[in-house]
Amino acid sequence: MKSVISIFKREFLGYFRSPVAYVFLAVFLIASAGLPWFVGGFFESNEAGLDRFFIFLPWVFLFLIPAVGMRLWSEEKRSGTWELLFTMPVSVTQAVVAKFLAGWAFVSLAIVLTLPMPITIAYLGEPDWGPVISGYFGAILMAGAYLGVCSLASSMTKNQVISFVISVVFCLLLVLLGWSVFNELMLSLNLPVALVDALANFSFVTHFESMVKGLIRVKDLFFFFSLTAFCLCLNILVLER
Amino acid sequence: MIKSQNLVKEYGSFRAVDKVSFELRKGDILGFLGPNGAGKSTTMKMITGFLPPTSGTASVGGHDIQSHPIEAKRLLGYLPESGPLYQEMTVLEFLKFAGEIRGMDTGARDKALTRVMEICHLENVRHQTIETLSKGFRQRVGMAQAVLHDPSYLVMDEPTDGLDPNQKQEVRKLIASMASDKAIILSTHILEEVEAMCNRVIIIARGRVLVDETPADLLKRHPRHNAVRLVLQSGGPDAVRETLDRIPQVGKVEALGNGWLIHPKHGEVIKPRVWEAARAGNWPVESLENAPLRLEEVFRELTLAPDAKPEKTKPSQKKSREKVEAA
Ligand SMILES: Nc1ncnc2c1ncn2[C@@H]1O[C@H](COP(=O)(O)OP(=O)(O)OP(=O)(O)O)[C@@H](O)[C@H]1O
Ligand SMILES: [Mg+2]
Repeated sequence: MKSVISIFKREFLGYFRSPVAYVFLAVFLIASAGLPWFVGGFFESNEAGLDRFFIFLPWVFLFLIPAVGMRLWSEEKRSGTWELLFTMPVSVTQAVVAKFLAGWAFVSLAIVLTLPMPITIAYLGEPDWGPVISGYFGAILMAGAYLGVCSLASSMTKNQVISFVISVVFCLLLVLLGWSVFNELMLSLNLPVALVDALANFSFVTHFESMVKGLIRVKDLFFFFSLTAFCLCLNILVLER
Repeated sequence: MIKSQNLVKEYGSFRAVDKVSFELRKGDILGFLGPNGAGKSTTMKMITGFLPPTSGTASVGGHDIQSHPIEAKRLLGYLPESGPLYQEMTVLEFLKFAGEIRGMDTGARDKALTRVMEICHLENVRHQTIETLSKGFRQRVGMAQAVLHDPSYLVMDEPTDGLDPNQKQEVRKLIASMASDKAIILSTHILEEVEAMCNRVIIIARGRVLVDETPADLLKRHPRHNAVRLVLQSGGPDAVRETLDRIPQVGKVEALGNGWLIHPKHGEVIKPRVWEAARAGNWPVESLENAPLRLEEVFRELTLAPDAKPEKTKPSQKKSREKVEAA
């Protein structure tokens, strides 16, 4: 347990040892606030909700979470420090979990830093707090699932660029499967509705959308947790060779 | 005890390590020698549990490194080759991390930190990030990390690589001073280090153990082992060679400058015999000393052999076997 905490601490603080963390936080805030504003017409809508902010999150995550996740293991492999790490008395499982949690905490921090948005909205109108809370909860869970995919990708290569590309491709797939535009495209190709629905069930978007609406359903929680756990288990297997 | 049993590592069809076995007790310092690419680092990576062996087992302090890795690693300190370190951390942060991950509590850790920073001379760079350190200082940080928890078993891959002569000397002293209650494996390309520190040498080439013995025994394989060099003042008698040839233990006698290089017939100690002969003949002896032996020469002969085969025979036996093979 102590070793998990020390790896977590090292990794989490490690983000702030380079300017990358600050660049990331800035870009994340600008993108997650800017997209709804410029593309989504955030303030034109009369709803005092955060739907429009949340709708763009899967797309913002698509590029930014791989940027956080790519260094998790690729960097250790490239610089050889995993030789140091794995000759210390820690199991691969402990190391994978600790590093994942550190990355997740960092991304969650970025998400929490967008809180001024709902606060602004609350100031301007009378928001429905239920969906805001469940939406934030969903966003953090979804970020974990993205990061699980990225952590797995980064354990497979010592090249951060390759790790980034693999992560984006996989995450994109998991976004597209539930994206309404893509679903309609599939339907127009005469694919059976049942199949399209089944595929959509494997998407971040499908499960996230219901949370944005204020629903916290077991099947959505189950999806995010199981996807994350699945990726991390594979991650452990990859590192155990 | 560190125990390695038939360790094998294959990369595809290439055997980097081929059935390496040895046992090491506390108090032993084992020097791992071998040409580049011999498989030294690979063997160490398997012993420390970083690389899973293709076959064979290794255990540290009775814990199998494959089935009980955590227990085994707790007892180990490891300095990997070319010291990989978390570059963006400062020396102090890194060493604190190393202590924490090994489960040391704050008090013990801080004491250990002070100790290793002193012996590795890191006080002045404690707040510097590792990436800005010179190579030698990075090596010292790696060393500090390896001995921080005062492990019973130490594995060091080229510990003096990149250090200046003073530091090399200090690290050798440090290692020698830790020897009494630890089992230590170190690899090196500097053969004097082996003579200075180790009580055991393993030479490995193409993945196989060629010899496993004490440095003194290794020197016995030297072609000039127990040979003596006799230097006479000018104008010595002409009959020297004949007299020397008549001593029963003396083998080949070579002229060397204004003296002689005298080989024993079967590796015996011949210095007293030569001395007696010199006194009896009243030779104007300027000096009589053992021929200088260098481990390098033994190393070269062993590892450059066209097909270096593992062998445990003594040089004399080896020669006779070669004759048989040649016939
Ligand atoms: N990942 C790998 N894939 C393929 N071959 C490898 C790999 N790692 C090591 N080898 C090969 O294994 C052999 C042994 O390497 P090793 O690093 O153990 O040598 P060494 O004895 O430590 O050499 P040096 O004195 O140069 O440090 C080398 O031929 C090397 O090329
Ligand atoms: Mg090596």
